Amino acid sequence: MPETLVFYVLSGVAIATSALVIGQRNPMYSVLLLVASFGALAGLYIQLDAPFVAVAQIIIYAGAVMVLFLFVVMLLNAPREDAAEWDRTHPLRQPAFARFGGLLALVLVLQLAWALLSATGVDAPVASRAGSEVVGSVRALGRTLFTDYVFAFEATSILILVAMVGAVVLARREGDQS
Amino acid sequence: MIPLGHYLIVSAILFAIGAAGVFLRRNLITILLSIEIMLNAVNLSFVAFGRQLGSFDGQIITFFVIAVAAAEAAVGLAIVIGLYRHRESLNPDAFTLLKW
Repeated sequence: MPETLVFYVLSGVAIATSALVIGQRNPMYSVLLLVASFGALAGLYIQLDAPFVAVAQIIIYAGAVMVLFLFVVMLLNAPREDAAEWDRTHPLRQPAFARFGGLLALVLVLQLAWALLSATGVDAPVASRAGSEVVGSVRALGRTLFTDYVFAFEATSILILVAMVGAVVLARREGDQS
Repeated sequence: MIPLGHYLIVSAILFAIGAAGVFLRRNLITILLSIEIMLNAVNLSFVAFGRQLGSFDGQIITFFVIAVAAAEAAVGLAIVIGLYRHRESLNPDAFTLLKW
């Protein structure tokens, strides 16, 4: 089935590129790989009949946010992590911390596995329930967004305004009064 | 059609990768990228659940997550720039002023 094949290819790409993002020492490659991961996720959103989310993902995430990251990587001329220094100074190199961290990682994995295994009804294909045919409609989505969620929407605009002003204030040089 | 559980498994794997990245990498920018991976993993499960339940709420929450992530990236990167000016380093171990 082509649909299943597309799902496995897209999720494989998303997982592989995300794993490479955290496997890189060079932040430049990390940012570019994350763009690929977001592209694969946008494909998954299209499969889930959420075309508007997919487009927003590409435009806002892969476009705006990642370009912001690239700007900062280039602006700071961010250095590669030094492998020798990583080996020497990383907290996880200390046996006690490594054991504690391994324990916490095990707890996280067990919790995620438990949550997935104990969930019921996840074997049914998505969109098999009655009434789930209309989800892809952008018109109905926009109507819901601007009626039921209009307060949250307006609050988001305030949040973005505050974040913009905050970013300008934080990145300003100290003593620069202009 | 793909079962809902498969989307949730992909989402869980992505979340675990993001969490591992925060702890393994010693670079503030890569740590912020790992947080973005985690946010995206949660977005995927929101959209999958919304599709399963036939409601828009999953997609709408995803928009708000994307908006908050954009704001977080702007403020976080401004803080990274400010920290880099002080210490000339992106290693989180270099910023220990608040450490007891």
